[in-house]
Amino acid sequence: MQAGTQNKKLKTSSKNVAGRGVESTSYQNRFVKGIPFKFDYEASVESTEVVKIKSQNELFIGGKFVKPQSGKYFKTLNPATENVLAEVAEANSTDVDLAVLAARKAFATWSKLSGHERGRYLFKIARIIQERAREVAILESLDNGKPIKETRDVDTPLAAAHFFYHAGWADKLEYVVPGRSVAPLGVVGQIIPWNFPLLMAAWKIAPALACGNTVVLKPAETTPLTALLLAEIIQQAELPEGVVNIVTGAGETGANLVDHPDVNKIAFTGSTDIGRRIQKAIAGTQKRLTLELGGKSAHIIFEDAAIDQAIEGVINGIYFNQGHVCCAGSRLLLEESISELFVKKLKKRMQKIRIGNPLDKNTDIGAINSAGELQKIQNLVGVGKTEGGEFFEPNLTLPSKGYFHKPCFFNGVSSAATLSRVEVFGPVLTIATFRTPEEAVLKANDTPYGLAAGLWSEKGSKIHKVASRLRAGVIWANTYNKFDPTSPFGGYYESGFGREGGRHGLLGYLEVK
Amino acid sequence: MIDQVGIHERAEFFAKRSIKKQSKLGALYTCVSMCDLTTLEGSDTVGKVQQLCQKAIRPAPPTMLSQYFNGNKIEPLPSVAAVCVYPTMVPVAVKALKGTDIKIASVATAFPSGQAPFEIKSQDTKFAINHGANEIDMVINRGAFLSGKYSVVFDEIKEISKICAGKAHLKVILETGEIGSYDKIRLASEIAMEAGADFIKTSTGKMQPAATVPVTLVMLQAISDFYDKTGKKIGMKPAGGIRSAKEAIQYLVMVNETLGEQWLSSELFRFGASSLLNDLLRQIFKEISGSYYYEKSFSLD
Repeated sequence: MQAGTQNKKLKTSSKNVAGRGVESTSYQNRFVKGIPFKFDYEASVESTEVVKIKSQNELFIGGKFVKPQSGKYFKTLNPATENVLAEVAEANSTDVDLAVLAARKAFATWSKLSGHERGRYLFKIARIIQERAREVAILESLDNGKPIKETRDVDTPLAAAHFFYHAGWADKLEYVVPGRSVAPLGVVGQIIPWNFPLLMAAWKIAPALACGNTVVLKPAETTPLTALLLAEIIQQAELPEGVVNIVTGAGETGANLVDHPDVNKIAFTGSTDIGRRIQKAIAGTQKRLTLELGGKSAHIIFEDAAIDQAIEGVINGIYFNQGHVCCAGSRLLLEESISELFVKKLKKRMQKIRIGNPLDKNTDIGAINSAGELQKIQNLVGVGKTEGGEFFEPNLTLPSKGYFHKPCFFNGVSSAATLSRVEVFGPVLTIATFRTPEEAVLKANDTPYGLAAGLWSEKGSKIHKVASRLRAGVIWANTYNKFDPTSPFGGYYESGFGREGGRHGLLGYLEVK
Repeated sequence: MIDQVGIHERAEFFAKRSIKKQSKLGALYTCVSMCDLTTLEGSDTVGKVQQLCQKAIRPAPPTMLSQYFNGNKIEPLPSVAAVCVYPTMVPVAVKALKGTDIKIASVATAFPSGQAPFEIKSQDTKFAINHGANEIDMVINRGAFLSGKYSVVFDEIKEISKICAGKAHLKVILETGEIGSYDKIRLASEIAMEAGADFIKTSTGKMQPAATVPVTLVMLQAISDFYDKTGKKIGMKPAGGIRSAKEAIQYLVMVNETLGEQWLSSELFRFGASSLLNDLLRQIFKEISGSYYYEKSFSLD
């Protein structure tokens, strides 16, 4: 491609004789001594052979896959190609009734099992997830659009880790609150989002089961397939019937679950708007509630930070999972003395991001999950452009089909701007500067949300002082977007309440006596 | 300043790039062309250096490759970038490499320890250049560096670079395994570049740890910042410890994503390695023929 005239002569030769060999000319125009090598990584696409997707998927109730009473099915797409992947049952109120009934029935025996026995089932689920990791990762990539690199290295291993971790707690519940005894709540209704479909299911189901509850889970309507694969895994693990039930559907199915009189607790992860509606809906009932909602998390870089690593932290903080992360570091706060250098380096780094086919192992940013989400992101970027600030997006080529959005940022955006206050839930970053640590804290806390924050400095004392004044449920120092089942996760203010993970996470699924 | 956890994470990221088929073959060819084939032993003789030079010119018999192309004219395997020897062996290499574009690199400045009076280091360098070396691989004064006498380190490099000016490219070996931390490696890189290095190089190959991916990344980032500041392109040479083609490709990915394509040429990137070349050949022949050659198909030197 860059080799000039010399190579053109060589392009004419015929194919080679050896069995699996390469064509004789093709590599020669990619390498000529003395001319820089044009290193464009050839696509390295994961095969989907291992994944068997049923064209029609049923509800998982009482340990069996059953046809919906509604008789209705909806489609789920591959957002990278816009092709239909499968049809999935849509649960109506009767279906939700049946699921809750199955969970209630199972609760009587499940809650009486010894912690040791419950733990064994959870260990078994964890191990099967590991065994079927490749299948899980590929299916997640297909249904969600996120890159295989992430489903393989983050979503799937973390999902298994959540089951492993909580399996360990199942027989140690008496130590959750020292000196007090605990009991399960009963039937738990769980509603999860589309950004980490399997991981959120694991995140919700594992602690609930460890504590002796039974579950009715509703996955997001655009990403139901890995939850149904988890149902298969649960069958394979021979979990007693009805302990976990999975009802697929959209908002109405979720509302039926929230409104069901025989549900003892609702655990919801999703938007702040829906969170508010859920809280209103269950007001006046005995139902417990934990909400893990939106965020507009600040990512603070001090001048004494390790700059090159902070650049990676920022990239990971906002462009990981296409920016569909509730704790994404979407507001970058730079100490003014380094802001120019930092922005220059950030632009250079962003040019190296690879966007495209989620199944290509070299893809860094995959597809936006749905046309609706893409539209929402595009609208907000449009608003950002009218409100000002320097807009930057790297010169990348998007695939012609599928829902894709380039990573981008707005530099020099005030705290009053729409993009500084509204959660975009996409690969869109705002950048502002500060002069002192006090100003950094003020700006970081100047948001209705309080889910996460990150800060970078090589000075330990500064990290501790600033971190103690940030109002955010999760604070990362000199890193970002690190998740671990042992660490509680959750927010302040409009980011919700309750914690998930760690000892604190168990409290959301236990009655402390 | 360097964050250790962060630099390790980034280094691992490059290993995850999946380089296959044409990209892989192109990368393997490029890696061959970037090798500094090296012999730096007390036991080096004229015969040994001559043989090494032959291997440098033709890493494998051309007929081995051409049989797969059905008689068509093909681009042969490239020769390596340079041969790296002790100053006394420079005349031998000059003779053996006459008429090729292979560079003659000589270690100098009391390699590998650098523990000699400066006059001797300077003489060492002049000897190599006068006998035809066109690249000088000098070692920094680690004793001075570790005792905080950075100006001594700077001045020595500056003086040697004056001797080299116009006659030879100067590669400055930091011996990263001896200088302790990533912050110090970064500092040493900056001192070397400011003092006039054309290349910065990780190690002598005489001790472990030698080149690692994170150490190289720290140095590449220093090169990137120096380029942004001065517009001057400094080369990079990881040396010692890189044995497999797979690792070498990981280095290329790292250079590509840290400095960009401009650096993917032997003008600006080298591997200081002797055993790497044969694994590169094995992988090239495997890509082309479809199956692995017996390792004894390739000569030792």
